[in-house]
Parts: sequence; structure tokens; C-alpha cells
Amino acid sequence: MSADVVPGTPADAPASWIGRLRRLLERELPYEKLLPEEQPAYVASWIYVFGVLTLAALAMIILSGCFLAFNGPAWYHDSQTGRFVNSLHFWSVQLFFMFMLVHLAGKFFMAAWRGHRALTWIVGMLALVISIGAGLTGYLLQTNLDSQWISFEAKDGLNAVGVGAWFSVTNLGQVMLLHSFLIPAVMALIVLVHILLVRIRGVVPPLDAAKADAAAASKATGHQDVA
Amino acid sequence: MAATAAHRAPTRQELLEREAWHGPTRRYDIIKEGVIATLVVAVLTILLAAVFSSPDDPPLTFQGWATDMPDDLYTTAVAELAGTSESATYGPPYNDGGQGQALGPITPQIWMGVHERIDPAYDFVIGPLQTQQQPADVAAALTQWTSATADQQSAWTSAYDTALNDPAGANGDPANVPAGDYGPVPTLATGLVAMGASGALDGVLAAPGQFYNTDNTKQILFMGDGGYLDAAGTANHLQGNQWGMMNETGNYPGQQWLAPASVWYQLPIFNSDAESGLAATLTANGDIYIMSIVGIITLAMILLPFIPGLRGIPRLIPIHKLIWRDYYNRKTS
Amino acid sequence: MRPLMLLVMAIPSDPATYLSWGWLSVSVPNLIAILVTISLFALAVLLPFPKGRHGSGDDR
Repeated sequence: MSADVVPGTPADAPASWIGRLRRLLERELPYEKLLPEEQPAYVASWIYVFGVLTLAALAMIILSGCFLAFNGPAWYHDSQTGRFVNSLHFWSVQLFFMFMLVHLAGKFFMAAWRGHRALTWIVGMLALVISIGAGLTGYLLQTNLDSQWISFEAKDGLNAVGVGAWFSVTNLGQVMLLHSFLIPAVMALIVLVHILLVRIRGVVPPLDAAKADAAAASKATGHQDVA
Repeated sequence: MAATAAHRAPTRQELLEREAWHGPTRRYDIIKEGVIATLVVAVLTILLAAVFSSPDDPPLTFQGWATDMPDDLYTTAVAELAGTSESATYGPPYNDGGQGQALGPITPQIWMGVHERIDPAYDFVIGPLQTQQQPADVAAALTQWTSATADQQSAWTSAYDTALNDPAGANGDPANVPAGDYGPVPTLATGLVAMGASGALDGVLAAPGQFYNTDNTKQILFMGDGGYLDAAGTANHLQGNQWGMMNETGNYPGQQWLAPASVWYQLPIFNSDAESGLAATLTANGDIYIMSIVGIITLAMILLPFIPGLRGIPRLIPIHKLIWRDYYNRKTS
Repeated sequence: MRPLMLLVMAIPSDPATYLSWGWLSVSVPNLIAILVTISLFALAVLLPFPKGRHGSGDDR
């Protein structure tokens, strides 16, 4: 293993922070893991594409959201183009949640948290929770009847649990900045961590893979292989 | 899938799960997959947007309220002056007019305190009236109001609020209120409805005297106190007990993913007319109870890998056998 | 509060069609979205996935 020795320094010099970080990344996330050309043979089901479909829908949400942000929250009421961009944003949100729920169901039934992957699961669930917050602030930002109603109702839930004083759904300014900046920033970070964790840990092997391997081996050799 | 005991050696399955995979692999281009996924989703989104568009029901205005339901705006204005409206009795974060919701001894609404002080009588009625020149009778009523003591104001408003809403008497109809000592209250309410009908109330409510405003709290609280916003909610299936949390205006899908939260608002025990008892308590404090239930469920989902029983469900419902059937059925070469 | 007329001119009201069974009530668009989601999951799990080319990993 490459020693903690930096060329040109004494052998007993303490490891630098940046050196430690680099060696950690080289160990946990080398390029072969980050951008692999192969996957384990068991990655052979359409269920596996729903993670990347969710990501693609998120990309559409952000792209259409950028146009809406640039033109302000009232644009889409009066402009045909604005209405179309708003529709792109609306439908990509629908697709996002659809794909994410299928992805969640798949990961649940695959018990994908096995093998030290609990953090991946937790971060993914956090992404779901934050998405709901993003959705709420988005609906509040519509500046139409729906947003009037939602702000009126949602304030009760938030006030009842004691956060309404700081998170005021009737405050359009706060809602706008949360939805168009703060929440997407947090969301991007969470999604990035989620994806990197999948790359670092690899896709979880099947339940009973060891049993299946032993059975396949004994079939091949013709006698029972004690696992 | 059981948790590893500290003193037991890991099974072969556990080792397989923890270590990097050294078994059979297949060629798999995740970048190509990502690009295809992006194109598919882009095309799908564009098609859906082009064919179906998106919902956009125009917002309600105070002018609309004053024009379509003037009596309702009138009675709401009186309730604001009398301090009997929902806003006036809400409690934190708006005022000290009420205790808010409680989950037994847990009262986060009180703990958070008043952060956005709203005084409905002034903020919704008197203040807006004072921002512009009023007809002589309304101007005189304003003077009479502002020069009266708090006790006198209270006496006028509660007398009028009671008389106006008496189910055996006026029953919400200002034309049928019996004579009494109501001071300037009826004139103030009439003046406010007229101001609403002119459209002036919409502009002035949020931040009287100021240039910029990005906070619509006052408008929403005032509008929500009456029946106009409520009627719109009901007509569009948006009420809590109409599964409103997951519904959308117009012929569009809503937030189906909120069904696990919306379902609780349908339960009879959270929609009770009882005056006392458990059902009454749960109904009056429905939001904090339901938010707590949803919070616990969410926490359980986040911490699922650590919850025995729940994390064993994939074994009970073995969909994984379908997902990985090719791998299970393979023969070694 | 006394009963109020629900359909007033300025209130936008063109709701979707709602299907109700007892306490269950769902809009047709929402029902479609839910059924599509469930169908996607079922199809994803059931449909065969293209066989891939062998990679460099050991075939055990």
C-alpha cells in the first residue's frame, strides 16, 4: 500500500488531510468503481432502471424550473410559452414521483440495505422526504387558487407542530427562495451522496445468493457442496 | 438478514453482501443508460405537456368575495372586529388569542410563540379602511371607533356579532339584525365590503403604506376566516376530509404520494361533531395528531434497515425471486 | 355559519370526475397515475431483461 510518505519529506511526517482524503477516495471510489463498464451479472431486471429514470425526471424538473425561475412566478399565467414550460415542470414532477416510488418499492423488496448499505437507504429516504418539501413549496409558488388553498391548509399542520413560526407557507418570498434555491441545493447534495454511495458499495447481491451459488456449483460437480 | 452478533463469524451470504463483487459480471454502460433515460423522460414530458397542459385556476380576490358573497364578507368583518374569527382565536404564531393545538401535554404551538403578530380587528378592518378616503358615514364611524375605549369597542362588537349570527334571529343576514347599541360596527363592516368591491382591499391588505411586499399571510388568514375560500375548497374537492391533500384543481393528477398522510383526515374520529370526549379532542387537534402519526411512519421508513419485522417483509413477500430469477436459475459454465 | 351556496360565479370550479366507495374517494386522473405506477412496477419485475455480454468477472 502506498505509504503515508510524501516525497521529499521525512518518513515520520504526519499524513496531510488532503493526502488522507485522496487515499480514501483512491481506496473507496477509484475511477473503475465510479465509471464501471461492467455490473454484477445479477443486475438484469428492468427494476434497476428506475433509479436512473428518477434522476432523469429530476433533471427535467430542474431544467424546466430554471426557465420558470428566470421568468418569475407570474409568467406562466399570461404567456403561452410560460404555460408550456409550467406544464413541463408539472408533468416531470408527476413522472419523478412515479419513478421514485417504483424505485423505492424495488429496493424494498430487494432488501437493498444489506451489506452495510443502510446509509444508502437512509439517504434515499431523505431524498424522498426533501422531495415532498420541494413539492409543497412548488405548489405554494403557483400564485393561483391552488396555492391559496394549500397555504391556508398547510399552515395549520406546520403551526401545530411548532415550526410555522419559521417556515411560513403564507410568506411567498420565503417559499420562493426555499423552492428555487435552498431546497434544490440540499436535494442535489443528497442525490449526489446517494449515487456515490451506490457506486462505492456496489449493487447489493441477491438474497440467498450464497445458497444459489452453492446449488449451482453442486449441480455442476454433481454432488452436494456444504456451504 | 439477521443482525450480526458480535461474536459470530459472518455467514457466506453476509460476506458476499459486504465485499466487492468478484462473481460473474456483464457488460453494462451506465452512461448510455443515463442518456437513454434522459431522452425517454424528455420526450414523455414534452408529449404530456403538449397534450394535457397543466392546471391553473385563477386566485380568489377580495373583490370577488365582496361581489359574490357580500354578506359573508360582512359577517367575517364583524367577527374580526369582535375577536371571534378563526384568525383572532388562532394563537401562535399570529397572536395570543388562543391556545392552538396540543398533543396531551405537548404544546409546540404555544412553545414557538408569537412571531408574526397579527391583530385581525386592526389589520383586516380598521387599518385598511384608514388607508383611503372613506364616505362621510364610514369616516365618522372610524372616528367613533378609534376614540372609544377598548371596553366600549368590545361591548359594541360582541353585541353585534351575537345578534348578527343568532340562528333564531338574523342568522347572518345584516338586513334582519334587530336594533341595538352596536356603535359604528355595522357601518365599518359595510364600508369594508364596499372597499372590497372596489378592488382596493386586494392591494392594501398585505402591507399598508409600504412599497414592497412578499408576505401574503394577512390576506390568506382573512380570506380563510370566511366562507368564500372554503366554498372554493369544497367545490374543488380540496378539503381535508375529501382527500384534498392529494387532489388537484381541474382534471389533473394531484399528489398521489401524499395518500399515506391524507388518509388520516378521512377517519371519523378526526371529523367528529362531538362537543366533548376523545373524538372532540382529536378533531380539534387533528393536525398535531396526524402530523405525529405521519412523522412516526416516516421515521420508521427511514430507519427500516434496523427494525426487525419490517425489514423481514421482503422475505415474506418474495418478489426478489422474480427480480433475480435469471441469476438463481443460471448454471455454472 | 349558515349554509352557503357552493357554486358562485367567480369561484373557479371545474373539478375532475371523482369515484367514491364509502370513505374512499379518488379522482380519475389520480387513479390513472396510481394504476400506472403499480403497472410499471409489475412490468419491471416481470418483463425479461436483455441478456448481456459476459464481463470479465469470475463465473462461479
